[in-house]
Amino acid sequence: MNPALDDTDRTIVNALQGGFPLVPRPFAVVAASLGLDEDDLIERVRRLVGNGVLSRFGPLFQAERLGGAVTLAAMAVPEARFDAVAEMVGAFPEVAHNYQREHTLNMWFVVAAETPAGLAETLTRIGVLTGLAVHNFPRLAEYYIGLRLDA
Amino acid sequence: MTEDETATPPGARLAADPRLPADLRLIEALADGLPLTSHPYAELGRSLGLSEAEVLERLRRLLAEGVISRLGVIVRHHELGYRANAMVVWDVPDELVAGIGQRMAAFSFVTLCYQRRRSPPLWPYNLFCMIHGRERPTVLTQVETLTHSCGLLDVPRQILFSRRRFKQRGAWYGAGSVATVAECA
Repeated sequence: MNPALDDTDRTIVNALQGGFPLVPRPFAVVAASLGLDEDDLIERVRRLVGNGVLSRFGPLFQAERLGGAVTLAAMAVPEARFDAVAEMVGAFPEVAHNYQREHTLNMWFVVAAETPAGLAETLTRIGVLTGLAVHNFPRLAEYYIGLRLDA
Repeated sequence: MTEDETATPPGARLAADPRLPADLRLIEALADGLPLTSHPYAELGRSLGLSEAEVLERLRRLLAEGVISRLGVIVRHHELGYRANAMVVWDVPDELVAGIGQRMAAFSFVTLCYQRRRSPPLWPYNLFCMIHGRERPTVLTQVETLTHSCGLLDVPRQILFSRRRFKQRGAWYGAGSVATVAECA
């Protein structure tokens, strides 16, 4: 629970994860459904973006439909080098997320590039730069991509 | 959607679409988010030379075509108190993976679920799901629920909790900034 959020904020975060209306005054429609005032809703969303609870307000794109390529990759990084390698990997603009996880393969990151060839090249460059084997786990099928969390 | 290299990439079909330039400009303008004002689509259109109705019409089509998978907010799970974030992976026979994946997707605590390529011998696992929770014991109980209800008691499995997050944002590529779907948050 985030103490900076009040009940109204939580209701807003939960409601907006389900989508946003494609009508001229979408905030007015959402506000009415939540019993809020349009200006109050806009002000709260602005604050939730400002304090980092919401990373972005807008569309989720499917990179592949735009000709792009995305994958999940992992490396087994020696503990002593972990932070230095994380910095190298994070410096690539193609790297979106990077997590340390509990496994021999302890660094997991999402890579997105403009083309499949660009993606392969980025993975190769990460391998050369770090001197580590990059394991590539491309998606073969998706069963659920909702990623909705109750505030 | 697959990443089968032999298939025609959907992007190639889109690139041949004469409607693309305005769509691309719209997508570019949206990558930083929707304007937080009472008439956001009209304001978006003003910067692109499109009417409010044209913006709405294009967004409806991009949603229908799956270029945009959803319009709304992206939450930062850590800031909402979701600190027990587990990637759970199974080594499921390929012919069963679709059925099991669809079954897992029906559980509300599963936030993402994919089939991915294996990388043997180090990584024999092909079914990946994410569970974002606030407490580790709750997440472990949820993993057991999945294991039992999907008949996976004898299937090799790993639970990889995240320890630290180094970067969480959309990826940027090409001339513009296109945020990708949050694939493994």
